[in-house]
Amino acid sequence: MNRTATIEHQPIARDGISQQLDYENQYVSFWLENQLLGIPVNAVQEVLNPQKIARTPLARSEVAGLLNLRGQVVTAVNLRKRMNLPPTDVPVEEHMNVVVRYAGESFSLLVDEVGDVINVSGQTMERVPSTLDAHWKAITSGVFRLEGRLFIIINVEALFSQPSN
Amino acid sequence: MDDDILQEFLAESWENLSRLDNEIVRLEKEPKNADLLASIFRTIHTIKGTCGFIGLTGLGGVAHAAENVLGQMRIQTLAATPTSISVVLEAIDEIKTLLQALEATGQEPRRDNTTLIAKLNDLAQGNAAATAGTGRVGADAETPNGGAPAHALTVERVPPVTVTPLVAAASSERQPSGTEIREEAEHTHPAAHDSGTGTIGSTEKKSVADLSIRVNVNVLDSLMNLVGELVLTRNQLLQLARGDDESKYAAPITHLNRVTTDLQEGVMKTRMQPIGIAWSKLPRMVRDLSQITGKQINLVMSGADTELDRTVLDAIKDPLTHMVRNSADHGIEPLDVRRATGKPEIGTVRLNAFHEGGHVIICIEDDGAGIARDHVLRKAIETGLVSEADAANLSDAQVCSFIFHAGLSTAKEVSSVSGRGVGMDVVKTAIERIGGTVDLSSTPGQGTIIRIKIPLTLAIISALVVESGGELFAIPQLGIVELVRLHAEERHKIERIHDQKVFRLRDRLLPLVHLNRLLGLPDGDSDHGDVNIVVVQVGEDRFGLIVSAVYDTEEIVVKPVGRLLKDVKLYQGTTILGDGRVIMILDAAAIITRFGGRTTAASDAPKLRDPDAVDNRNTTSLLLFDAGEQTMAVPLSLVARLEEFPRNRLEQAGDRLLVQYRGDLLPLLNLKGTDSSLSGVDLQSVIVFSEGSQSLGLMVDAIRDIIQETLLIRRRSNRPGVLGTAVIGGRAIDVIDTQYYLGQVNPNWFSERESEHFKVLLIDNSSFFRQLATTALEVDGFIVTPVESAVVAVERIEHGDRYDVILSDLDLPMMDGYDFAEWFRLRPEGTDTPLVALTSVHCAMNEDKIFAAGYDCTLIKFNPDEVTRTINRLCQPAQNKCGAHV
Repeated sequence: MNRTATIEHQPIARDGISQQLDYENQYVSFWLENQLLGIPVNAVQEVLNPQKIARTPLARSEVAGLLNLRGQVVTAVNLRKRMNLPPTDVPVEEHMNVVVRYAGESFSLLVDEVGDVINVSGQTMERVPSTLDAHWKAITSGVFRLEGRLFIIINVEALFSQPSN
Repeated sequence: MDDDILQEFLAESWENLSRLDNEIVRLEKEPKNADLLASIFRTIHTIKGTCGFIGLTGLGGVAHAAENVLGQMRIQTLAATPTSISVVLEAIDEIKTLLQALEATGQEPRRDNTTLIAKLNDLAQGNAAATAGTGRVGADAETPNGGAPAHALTVERVPPVTVTPLVAAASSERQPSGTEIREEAEHTHPAAHDSGTGTIGSTEKKSVADLSIRVNVNVLDSLMNLVGELVLTRNQLLQLARGDDESKYAAPITHLNRVTTDLQEGVMKTRMQPIGIAWSKLPRMVRDLSQITGKQINLVMSGADTELDRTVLDAIKDPLTHMVRNSADHGIEPLDVRRATGKPEIGTVRLNAFHEGGHVIICIEDDGAGIARDHVLRKAIETGLVSEADAANLSDAQVCSFIFHAGLSTAKEVSSVSGRGVGMDVVKTAIERIGGTVDLSSTPGQGTIIRIKIPLTLAIISALVVESGGELFAIPQLGIVELVRLHAEERHKIERIHDQKVFRLRDRLLPLVHLNRLLGLPDGDSDHGDVNIVVVQVGEDRFGLIVSAVYDTEEIVVKPVGRLLKDVKLYQGTTILGDGRVIMILDAAAIITRFGGRTTAASDAPKLRDPDAVDNRNTTSLLLFDAGEQTMAVPLSLVARLEEFPRNRLEQAGDRLLVQYRGDLLPLLNLKGTDSSLSGVDLQSVIVFSEGSQSLGLMVDAIRDIIQETLLIRRRSNRPGVLGTAVIGGRAIDVIDTQYYLGQVNPNWFSERESEHFKVLLIDNSSFFRQLATTALEVDGFIVTPVESAVVAVERIEHGDRYDVILSDLDLPMMDGYDFAEWFRLRPEGTDTPLVALTSVHCAMNEDKIFAAGYDCTLIKFNPDEVTRTINRLCQPAQNKCGAHV
C-alpha cells in the first residue's frame, strides 16, 4: 500500500462515521500493470483475497469464471483482458478481487493489487486523452493528477453495459 | 361459481371496505377532499366491476348505484353532506351484509334492494324529494326554474340491474331461499364486523379476512432465496456427515434435513398460485373471438385450482393464451363447415390442468378440424423444411411437429389479444425454457390435443451432476431419460455416420455429443475407458451426451445466469454445490439446437432442415448451395421448392434444358461450373422458383443448408447472375441474382415484379380468406401481416407498425372498412400508403363510397395475380423504401 501517493486513508467499511464523509470524492484504488486505477467507492461492495474461480466454458474472453461469495454467485471479470493488457503468469485464482455492484448483480474485478481509498476532494477530473487505446477510452470516465502519479477512474456502467471485443 | 375466485374477491373486498368506513367518516369532515373521494369511488368501482365479472348481480346493482352517487360527488355536482353520505354508508352496509351472506353460503343472497337503489339513484339524479336536504351544488343558480340541471343528463340512468354476468356460472339451481340467507347473514354478521351484539364466538367459520394476509411478493421471493441458502447448507452438512453414522451430529443433522425439507415445501407453497389466474382472461378472449369470427365456441376449463409456482405461472401465461386462441381461431371450424360435417354447432375448447408426478400437465383440446396435413406440408415444403419427395413419407406426428417451426407459423398467427404475433415456435421455446415440453396430436376432422408438461417450480430443481473436460456441470433431471454406461470393450458399439457418432439404443439411433467438445474443453476422457452416456430428451428429439463421470442427483438451487454470460445460450443457470463449488446448469434444449444445427450442416443431403429457431425479424433465411467449386446463397423467400431429378430425366430442347414436372415442362438453367451431363440415374438438385403458372429450375450441385443471417451485400458484383458478396457465417459467399436467371428464361418475367419486400397489411375477418390470401401473397414474396379486424389493424399502426400497402375487407365487425380508411387517411403516414378495398361483390354503386372513404382502388376477392399486379403498381413510386437490402 506504500506505493500509492495517498492523500487520505479511509477504510471501505460503511459504518456510521464514514457515511458522514463525502463518498462522492472517494475512489477505491488498485493496480493493474503498474497503472493506478480507481472505482467510485459507492460502486464497490467489498475487496476479497484470491478466490477459487469456477470456469465458464464458451463465455467471452474477459469472463474469468464464477466465484461463490457467501452463497452469492459472482461473475469474475479479467480486467486485464477487458483492458487489452498482456496476460500475466499469475493464475486467475491468485488475483485480488474488487467486488462491484452493477444493476443488481455482483462482479469481481481481478486486479494485481488493491490500494487505498483515495479522496480526491478539491480536484477536478480531467478527460482522458483522446489518443488513448480504444479499450481504455471506452471504459474510463476520467483521470485525476495525484502527486507524481495519474489516477484513472473506471466507468463501471460502461464496463458492464458495453460489449467487449 | 369458482370458489377460489370468490375467496379472492371476498378477501379483497373486506380489505377495501374496512378502509372505506374510515374514509367516509373522514369525508364527512372534509367534504371537499378530492383524493379521498377518488379513493372511495375506486373501491366501490372495483367491487362493482368484479361483481359483474363473477356474476353477482344483486351486489353489483347496489355497488353500481352507490358508485353513481360517488361519481356525482367526485365531479362536484353533488355535495357530500351528512345526509348524502348517510345514504352511501347505508349502501356500504348493504354491500357488507351481502358479502357476509355470500361468504357464509358461497351464494349470492336474494335480497330486495330496490328501495335502496332507488334512493341512491334519486340522489345521483338530484331528486330532492327523496333525499330532502341533500341539495345539489349550484343547481338553483344554473337552472333558476328549479328543473333538473342540464348536466344531470350525463348521469347514467340505472335500471334495477344492469350488470350482465360474463362468466356463465350464475347458479340458479343452487340458489337457496332468501330467508335462509338472511338467517345466515345475521348469524355471521356480528362476529366478523360488529362486536357489540354479544354473539362473538358463536361462529364456527372465520371470515376470509381473518384467515389470510397479503404479503408482498418480494418478501416471499427473499424468503425463498433464504430457504435456498438453507438447502445448500443442509447439503453441505449432509455431505460432511455422510459415512459417519457414529457422529454425535448425525441425529440433529437428520432432523435438520427433515425440517429443511418441510420448510422448503412450506415456503414453496406460499408462492403457489392456482393456474386459474393465468386462465382468467381466456373466457373473455374466446367470447370476443366468437364474435369476430361468427363461430360458437364453448370454453370448458377444469382443474383451475391446480397450483404452480408463480414464476412458472408467469412464464406460461402468454403461451397458454396463444394456444387457446389458436385452438379457437384456427382449430374450430366456421359454423357452416361444422354443420356440413355433422358436428355440433357449438365448438368446444377444453382446458384441463392436473398434477402428475412432480409436474403439472395442461391439456388444450379442441373438437375442430384438426391439423390439415396437406396444408402444413405445403407450407413446410415452401419454407424448405422438407423436400417434396420426402414429404410423402413423413408420419403424422412429424408433420404436426412442423407447426412448431419458426417461419411456418408466425405469418398466420396474429393475436388480437396480445396485439402481437406469436408463433407456435415461440410458444414451444417459452415452455422449453422453463423445462417443460409440448406435445401435439391431431386427428383430421376430430380435433387437436396439445399437452404441456411443466415443472412445479423453477427455483429448486433436481439435477444430475456430471463431469466433462475436468469441470462439473448440472443437467436438470427433467430432461434426462436414462444413463448408459458402456464398458471399454463395448466401445465399438459406438458407430459413425460420416463424422457423427451414433449409438444403437434399443434399435433406435441415438446421436452422440461429446460435452467437452461442445463446450470447447480439453478431451479429458480417454479413448480407452468406459463411456458414460446421459440420454437427454427434448420434445421429440433425443440425444446422448458423453461425459467423463456421472455423480449424484442433487436438489439444486437455480440462480440466474449473470449478464456477462447471457450470450452463452447453453446455460440455463448457475448453482452452488454442497462443497461450495459454483457450477453451470446446462440447458438441454439449447444443446439440441446447437448440435442439431451441426448435424444438419455435416450431413450430405439433409432431409429435415432446421432453420435456426431464432425469431429475429432482421435476419433473412438464406438457402446455401454448391455450384461448381463455390458455395452460393439465395434468399429463401424467393425459393418455391427444392427438387431432385434423376439425370436421365433431363431433356434437351433446342438450346434449352427441360424436365417434365407436375404435368408441365420446367425450364432448367445451369449455374456456371455445375456438372450437367444428361446421363445416369444420380440425382440432380434443382432449386425451383415459381410464379403463377411459370416456373424455373436452377441446377446446382448440392443443397447445403438453410441459415438465418443478417443479409448485408458487401460488394456489388460485375459478374452477371451474381448480386454481390455477403458475409455469411464468417465466410464470403456470392448471393445469386435470381432476376438475372429468371430474365434468361423469360425476359418479361420480372419486369413488373419487384414485389419481394413490400409489407402488406391484410385485414379480413374470415380466417379462411386470410390464410388463402396470405399464402398466395407470400408466394409472391410479399411480407404479409394478416389481421382479423380493423381494430387490430389500428392497434398495430398505432403501435408503430408500418406497411407499404393495406388491403382491407369492407365488411368488418366493430369498425368497418370505410371507417378504417377514414381513420387511416387522417394519420400522418396515411397519406401516401395505398389502400386497397377487397370486395366480395363488385358493385358500382358502392365504388363512390369506397373511394370517398379513401381507398385507391377496389379488388374482387380473390385473384392472386391481379392483387400482386395491383400492389406492384401502387407501390412503384415508393420503391426506394424496399429495394435496398437484396
